Amino acid sequence: MLAYLVRRLLYAIPILIGVNLITFALFFIVNTPDDMARMQLGVKRVTAEAIAKWKVERGYDKPLFINAQAAGAGVLTDTIFFAKSARMFVGDFGRAEDGRDIAREIRTRMGPSLAIALPTFILGLMVTISFALLLAFFRASPLDFWGVVLCVALMSISGLFYIIGGQFLISKLWRLVPISGYSGGLDAWKFLILPVLIGIVSGIGSSARWYRTIFLEEINKDYVRTARAKGLSELAVLFGHVLRNAMIPILTGVVVVIPLLFMGSLLTESFFGIPGLGSYTIDAINAQDFAVVRAMVFIGSVLYIVGLMLTDISYTFVDPRIRFE
Amino acid sequence: MSEITFLPVLLWSDVLIWLLVLAALALGFLSSRNPLLRAAWQRVGRSRPGMAAATVLLFFLIAGLLDSIHYRPQLPGREAGQPPAYAVEVLSLLDAAASPLRTRSEKTYSEPLATRAYAKEAIELREADGSVRQMRDFPRLTFGGAHLQGDEARHDADIVNRALRAEALACALWAAFAAACACLLARRRGCPVHEMARALLRGETDFAWTSVLSTLAVLLLLLLPIAALCVDYHVFGTDKVGQDVLYQVLKSVRTALVIGLVTTLVTLPLAILLGIFAGYFRGRVDDLIQYLYTTLSSIPGVLLIAAAVLMMQVIIDTHPQWFATAAERADLRLLALCFILGLTSWTSLCRLLRGETLKLRELEYIQAAHAFGVSDLRIIIRHILPNLMHIVIIALVMDFSSLVLAEAVLSYVGIGVDPIMFSFGNMINNARMEMAREPMVWWSLAAAFVFMFALVLAANLLADAVRDAFDPRQAGAA
Repeated sequence: MLAYLVRRLLYAIPILIGVNLITFALFFIVNTPDDMARMQLGVKRVTAEAIAKWKVERGYDKPLFINAQAAGAGVLTDTIFFAKSARMFVGDFGRAEDGRDIAREIRTRMGPSLAIALPTFILGLMVTISFALLLAFFRASPLDFWGVVLCVALMSISGLFYIIGGQFLISKLWRLVPISGYSGGLDAWKFLILPVLIGIVSGIGSSARWYRTIFLEEINKDYVRTARAKGLSELAVLFGHVLRNAMIPILTGVVVVIPLLFMGSLLTESFFGIPGLGSYTIDAINAQDFAVVRAMVFIGSVLYIVGLMLTDISYTFVDPRIRFE
Repeated sequence: MSEITFLPVLLWSDVLIWLLVLAALALGFLSSRNPLLRAAWQRVGRSRPGMAAATVLLFFLIAGLLDSIHYRPQLPGREAGQPPAYAVEVLSLLDAAASPLRTRSEKTYSEPLATRAYAKEAIELREADGSVRQMRDFPRLTFGGAHLQGDEARHDADIVNRALRAEALACALWAAFAAACACLLARRRGCPVHEMARALLRGETDFAWTSVLSTLAVLLLLLLPIAALCVDYHVFGTDKVGQDVLYQVLKSVRTALVIGLVTTLVTLPLAILLGIFAGYFRGRVDDLIQYLYTTLSSIPGVLLIAAAVLMMQVIIDTHPQWFATAAERADLRLLALCFILGLTSWTSLCRLLRGETLKLRELEYIQAAHAFGVSDLRIIIRHILPNLMHIVIIALVMDFSSLVLAEAVLSYVGIGVDPIMFSFGNMINNARMEMAREPMVWWSLAAAFVFMFALVLAANLLADAVRDAFDPRQAGAA
C-alpha cells in the first residue's frame, strides 16, 4: 500500500510539471508580456516606456527560459519561467494586479468557499442517494417513470436559472433570507442556506439518474436474489445489500471532487456575493488579472490530482477485494 | 434585366456548419449500408421520446440553418454606371424572413403583446384649442399594436381573434400533414389508407410516427399563433434598447447550435486519432498519449477555458486589423470558443476509445488480419474504426446539451461569445440586472430560459434514445 502510494505520488510529479508548462505556454508564449501590457494599459496610444515600466513592476522584463546575462545559477533562476511558474510548486504565487499576495488571499478565501461547498456536497449526496433509492424501490412503476422524467427535466435547466429563480422566489418574493452577502461566525447560516439549497436542487437531476442506474444494475445481481430467497423484506434487501454494494461506485465517483470543494463554485459565489475563491476567480477573469488566473489553474490541478489519489485509496477502503500490488 | 441585389457572405462558422450537414448526410449514407448501424438507427426511430425530441430539434435546426446563409444587401439609390454598393451589415435568410422583428424597435422595455411602454414618460398632449399640455403616462409603442391606431380597446379582442385563427390554421395544416403521411405510408406498404390511419393513431407503426405527429401538433399550435401575432405585436416584449425579444431568441438558436456542433469537429479527430493510436500501438505511443490527456484533464475545465479565452481576447484586442467587420470578429471569436471547448473536452472520449481499442485489437479477427499481413493503417480503418462508431455517436449526442448549457455559464462569467452576438448566455446576462426593477422585467429572461430548456431537453431525450439504441448493455440497466 505504502509503495503504491509513493509510486502514485511520483507519477503525479510529471503531470504537475506538464500542467505548469501548459499554463506557462498559455500565458507567456501565446501572448508575449508586451501584448499583456498593451491589453492592461489600453491598446491605443501606449508608449514603449509605459510598457517597459509595466513589465518591470511585475517582473515580466526577464527572458523566458534562459538568462544569458546572469551569472551562476541565475542563468536559470533569473527568468520568467522560474520566477512565475516554477515557484508555484512551493506555494509562491506572486502578487495580483492590486498588489496583494495571492497565496494569502487564497488562504483567507478558502473558508467561505468551504462553508458553502461542503454542506452542498454532503447534503446533496444524501438527498440524491435517497431519491435514487426511492426510484429504485418503486422501479418500473409510474413513480419511477415520472421520477426519471423529472430528473431529465431538472438536468435540462440551466444552472443560472436555479440561481436566478431561487433568489427571486425565496429572497425577493417571500423575503425569507437576504438576497446576497456574507458574514463570518454563526450569523453566516442565513446567507448560506439559500446557496446551499440551490446547489443541492441543481445537482439532483443528473446524479440521481446516474445513481438509480447503479442501483438497478446491482439489484439484478445474484446475491440480491439470494437475499430475497432467504425471505428478507425488500427494504432490508435494499438498505442492507444493494445500498452497501452500490456505495462502491458512488463513493469512488465522488471522492475525486472533494479536494476541489476548496475552489468553491464560480456561479454561486458570484451571484450571492460570497467572498470565496470562486468569486475571486471570476473577479480576476473580469479584471484580466493573469497572475490570479494562473495561480487558480495550478491549484485546481493540484487538488484534482490529490482527488485522483484519494479515489484510489478509497477503493481499498470500501472494497476489500482490491489490493494494490 | 435582372441584377443581383445582394452580395453573398460566407462566414467561417457557416462553412463549418454546412460541412457538418454534409458529414451528417455522409454518416447517414454509411449507416444505411452498414446493417448494424442501420439496425441501431431503426431502434432510435422506434423510441417515442426520442422521435418527439427529434421533431423539436428539427425546428431548431431549420432556424439555425436559415441563419447560416449570410449576405449583404445592396444599398438603395445607386446611380447609373456606378458599381453597386453593399451594406456593411451582414444579414442572413432568417433576418430576411423575420425582418419585421428585426427592424421594428421600440425605444425601450415593453411587456409581451403590449401596446404601451413599460415605464411612464412625460408626453405632450395637444388639446382641442391648440394648447399643449404635459402629463406623465405610458407612451404608446411605435410598432406594438400600431395597426389598432387609436382604438386600443380592441387590443384583447384582436389578439384572441388572431390567435384563434392561427390555431384553426394549425389544425388544418396538421390534418393535411397527417393525411399526407398516412397516404404515403399506405402506398409504401400497399395497405388501405384507413387501415394505415388507424395504425398511426394507435401507435402501431414501427417508426414512432405517433409521437412525431403529436409533437408536430403541439408545435404548430404553439408556433403559428406566435407567428400570426409577431407581425404586429412584440410577442415576447422588447428589451432595454427596444429590440424584439423573439428575434433575439431566434438568433440565439444558431449560436447554441454552433457551440454544440462545431465543437465536435475539434473533439472528434483528436479523440479518435489519439485514442486509437494509444490503444492499437501501445508502448511508448500509449504512454505519451496517456500522459497528454491525463495532464490536460487534470486542469479543471472552467479554469482552463477561462485561461485560454483570456489569452484569445488579448490576441483579438491587440490585432484589430485582422477583422474587417464586427460580425466577422464575433464569428471568429465564436469559433475560437468552440476550438477551446473542443481542446478541453476530448480527453474523456479519447480514454473511452483507447480502452475499447485495447479490447478490440486482441480479438481473433484482428489477429487474423495481422497474420494475413494487412497493414496497420488498413486494420484501423477497416476493422477498428467501424466498431468504435457507436461510442463516438453516443458521445456526440451526449455532449451537445452540456455544451449548450456551458455556453450560457461561460457568457455569464465573461468568457463566452462576443458581447455583440445573440446568444442565450448573453440574453441572460443582460437581463439579470432587470430582475431588480420594479415592476420586474421578466420576459427576456423567461424567453431565453424557456427556449434553452426546450433545446436542451430535446437534446437530452434524443441522446438517451441514441444511447439506448447503440449501447444495449446500458439500455438493459436503465
